[in-house]
Amino acid sequence: MNAPENLGNEPSQDNFKTPSGIEVPEVVTPAMMDPARVGEPGKFPFTRGIFDNGYRGRLWTFRQYSGFGSAEETNERYKFLIAQGQTGLSVALDLPTQCGYDPTDSMAAAEVGKVGVSLATLADAEILFDGLDLSKLSTSFTINGTAAIIYAMYLAAADKRGIPRAKLTGTIQNDILKEYVARGTWIFPVRPSMRLIADSILYSNEQTPRFNPISIAGAHVRDAGCTAVEEIAYTLANAFAYVDALVARGADPNAFAKRLSFFFYVHMDFFEEICKFRAARRYWARQLKERYGVTDEKALMFRFGVVCGGSSLTAQQPFNNIVRVGIENMAAVLGGAQSIFTAAYDEAFQIPTETSAEIALRTQQIVAYESGIARTVDPLGGSYYVEWLTDRMEEEMEKVIREIDEYGGTVQAIEDGYLQSRIAHRALERKLDTDKGDRVVVGENYFRHAEGATDFGEVFRMDPDVSRKVIERFQRVKETRDQAAVARTLAALRAAAVKDDENLMPYIVDCCHAYASVGEIVDTLKQEWGEFQEPVRL
Amino acid sequence: MSLAGKRILIAKPGLDGHDVGAKVIALALRDAGAEVIYTGLRKSPDYIARVAVEEDVDAVGLSILSGSHVELVRETARCLEEAKAGNIKLFVGGTIPHEDNPALTAAGAAGIFNSSQRIDDVIAELARVLDAG
Repeated sequence: MNAPENLGNEPSQDNFKTPSGIEVPEVVTPAMMDPARVGEPGKFPFTRGIFDNGYRGRLWTFRQYSGFGSAEETNERYKFLIAQGQTGLSVALDLPTQCGYDPTDSMAAAEVGKVGVSLATLADAEILFDGLDLSKLSTSFTINGTAAIIYAMYLAAADKRGIPRAKLTGTIQNDILKEYVARGTWIFPVRPSMRLIADSILYSNEQTPRFNPISIAGAHVRDAGCTAVEEIAYTLANAFAYVDALVARGADPNAFAKRLSFFFYVHMDFFEEICKFRAARRYWARQLKERYGVTDEKALMFRFGVVCGGSSLTAQQPFNNIVRVGIENMAAVLGGAQSIFTAAYDEAFQIPTETSAEIALRTQQIVAYESGIARTVDPLGGSYYVEWLTDRMEEEMEKVIREIDEYGGTVQAIEDGYLQSRIAHRALERKLDTDKGDRVVVGENYFRHAEGATDFGEVFRMDPDVSRKVIERFQRVKETRDQAAVARTLAALRAAAVKDDENLMPYIVDCCHAYASVGEIVDTLKQEWGEFQEPVRL
Repeated sequence: MSLAGKRILIAKPGLDGHDVGAKVIALALRDAGAEVIYTGLRKSPDYIARVAVEEDVDAVGLSILSGSHVELVRETARCLEEAKAGNIKLFVGGTIPHEDNPALTAAGAAGIFNSSQRIDDVIAELARVLDAG
């Protein structure tokens, strides 16, 4: 096994560009910023945050991502995290659930319960949320290709326990466009997928008014290798595509835009990350106003959650990741995030252990309660450098969005594989920069030590029996459910799928109530819509 | 270091959708002179073996980040054997804990790579193994 070369202990100090390529002056003077662009907190264009009192009204949500194995095991981990002070759940799902395969499908072999929990039918959801108060806990699902189904399953679970839908809070990611670009859990072709997203957003606005039916995510394209500027630009380009789809359905952006939310990574360049969020907030508000004529101030607010960690973490000297996540956590707060997930130091390489998961949560608590960082609104507002960099970031984002518009829009760029190829080339660039040492990664290319460097301490071991248990339950449910109800609800769904103007959500909720499986619902829709054909273009 | 004249199939088995590593390697191997074919996402070991035979490749590189690397390497090696293509070298890259290396080698991997390795080193290692036949 050949290790990366140790480039030594003296990284060069002559690169003054941010990772997005913005050349930073030695000193920023008052003449280089325009105070008129900044505005006030809680007011358009929201450079200084969406709330006039910052975090005084409410701290950000500590939302740790977890889920593995069976619903029982994940339910136990949730109870542990809640007992430790976590305030929101974030559900990680296994790949068969994400890609629409039942645990018994040959495509699912080897992956059941691996990177998240398996939710094949309502029976799994009932166990997953057993003993948890869904009317108080906000629950976030990282789910896209099958988002409408998992959302329907969540509603069915709440219905069965008599919890009013209006009380449910949480988020489904439900952002299919970036799946085609970077995360890969697509199922159907782009256009029917866009319909399913519009259906779920419209249904949610009506049925679960406190629920976020979409979280438009830049996190995955960022982790795939693109810059902070591109992360925001690609994400907002996707967001405009969703807004267009909803407007085409006759929905009013003054209403639905209030429930659009966003999701990003925070990487290591402290000020670029802070300014990225300040710039994105302002650009979004301005565009909603100018492109779509939105006037309601609440609908102009750019609300976002973040992950601290991801590809900024290293396998070498993994405890260094605790420091990285702490810095990123600070950047997220100074950027005004509404919810934060701090990754465990071993997150990028394995399912976190209880110890590493606890350190990650403690990091947030230290930032929140010891550092004093949340004491006043946007403490960096008015800093010459921060305002200057915010302006530059906004200009650069706008340039990239214009390039996508000129290409023919994001849907076209995705169907052609153009965006995918752009990101792959950027990722290679970043890798070569790291290899050469132009990008410093402490412990990975500089300041390495020889042996034992990848020692994680404790290693998480998953119950090797998990997939057997999941499959057994699934088979039991399939045998004992009301088969006529399954057949009837699936047939009704298929009939509705043919009609473009019919909202599919009520049909999918019925299927879930009847214990139809994720795989069965997906197969039913595939029969009408087919599957996405991936453009393989290097 | 050159891979000129070599034909390499880069493949994503299983359901894991994180394809940036696969694409980065595919681009880098192409820049190093190899003829590279990339399968796209969600391919079965059986499909990968078939494409490897049809395209007459020298090597198959599997990119796996879902934790299912041992099963998928074993299965792909089995499919290659069955297709009488056991001479095609099988490599694997991704999020792979060191302690799994012996199991992967036993399952049929001729080389194991991770994302922190330098691209040049990956290319050199591939060239060494392929030239050794």
